[in-house]
Amino acid sequence: MSERSNRGQRFDRLPVTPDERQVPGRASRQEVLDWWNDRFGIPPETFEGYTFWEKGAGKVWIFNGEATDPSTVEAIGMTFLRTRQDHWKPTMRAVQRFGGMATRNVIELSPERARRFAAGEDQQLPEWDGDWGYLIVTHELAGGQAALGVGLYLHDELRSVVPKGSREDLAVIDRE
Amino acid sequence: MNPLERYEPLVDDREAFRAACDRPLPSVVRVNTIATTAERVAAAFDEEGIRYETVDWHDGLFVLPDGHPGRNWPHFHGWTHGQEEVSVLPGLALDPQPGDRVWDACAAPGSKTTQIAAMMNDQGTVVANDNNLGRLSALRHNTERLGITNVVVTNQDARNYSLKPLAFDGFDRALVDAPCSCEGTCRKNPDVLDEWTMDHVRAVAGIQKGILTRAVRMTRPGGTVVYSTCTFAPEENEAVLDHVLAEVDCELVPFDLPVRTTPGVLEWDGETYDPSVEHARRIYPHHNDTGGFFCAKIRVGGEGVEA
Repeated sequence: MSERSNRGQRFDRLPVTPDERQVPGRASRQEVLDWWNDRFGIPPETFEGYTFWEKGAGKVWIFNGEATDPSTVEAIGMTFLRTRQDHWKPTMRAVQRFGGMATRNVIELSPERARRFAAGEDQQLPEWDGDWGYLIVTHELAGGQAALGVGLYLHDELRSVVPKGSREDLAVIDRE
Repeated sequence: MNPLERYEPLVDDREAFRAACDRPLPSVVRVNTIATTAERVAAAFDEEGIRYETVDWHDGLFVLPDGHPGRNWPHFHGWTHGQEEVSVLPGLALDPQPGDRVWDACAAPGSKTTQIAAMMNDQGTVVANDNNLGRLSALRHNTERLGITNVVVTNQDARNYSLKPLAFDGFDRALVDAPCSCEGTCRKNPDVLDEWTMDHVRAVAGIQKGILTRAVRMTRPGGTVVYSTCTFAPEENEAVLDHVLAEVDCELVPFDLPVRTTPGVLEWDGETYDPSVEHARRIYPHHNDTGGFFCAKIRVGGEGVEA
């Protein structure tokens, strides 16, 4: 069964490559893997065994189970990436889950800045001299880096794009 | 009438039982082992200045005496999930393995679903079903927050569940954590005692029988079905097992839980039950200072590799 248009309420598996694309605008698996690799240095092998699906315009889901006809289910796996826009945006939870493997476009925040980021605050950060756009934001926690989520860096400012329901007023971790 | 009075003849120490039921329960969190380890969660609590206590029978649980299980860094990172102690027991009884196909019949809000997925190391398939669409959104929020990728969420009546949307025609294991009268949760939500009625017990027992029967039928020969509730009512516990034992080819099997338990009861209110229901485990609040709970492990009949 092949659908020639995207239907917002059902899951459809991403085509393997752009050449196999039948639904206009739908990302292919290859493009998704390339994007994580190009943007964050997360190697494509990381996602071997996972399948990618689109439900809702541009919303890509990652799934690690068995499914043949998921068109009538409520959800498979978790949301992963927003496509069908100029700059693709990973989800906070995808970044928390897989962002630890990133080697570029990662910004580490101090304890005070991490607190503000988790609370959903935007902050001036002119010292960042890397790329603009979506970054993986981390802080140090319990002996290692921990990904907080996704930040949008534009014009010397790091915007927190932590979804409203996931924001939290947390303590500043004392590193003195 | 306080429904707890009904169950006093079943317990060893009525006063201790009632006193425990009157005490509120502390907040408890379970470590999401897909994301991190218990050691790292403890280290993060230490850095943040969050007080915690360990649980001697489960190294992935922390009691937070100051409450607020959602207001700390481990929670923000999806490293922990608020879950009452007794609520992890059915997952332990189910013992899911990576690669398994597992049905969670009444899954919302997903504490047990996410525990099962983590026990499977996010490998295999957990089909999390619930008939209540509103509660499913809470489940979705939890699977997402914990970064779980092997869960399929469905919205069906579990009693006549259809496998049609799935890639397979049966499960290795199933959990029926059934809707029930919930007196066992009175330490968290005392309202359940005021809302309790015998009519509800009778009505919900019928639903429980239907769901458990369907679970056994959809699980492969030799597979495991776990039945659990948070009620003390034998009508919703042993009587449901007794019905299903007569209805479908399966047997109750003995199993160990890491807390003090008592055997299923063999008679209640003039009814007698299949003697094997004594393999079911009752968990009373005063024995482990937890909520009340009931848990049974079923082996599905027929030739098949043991799950």
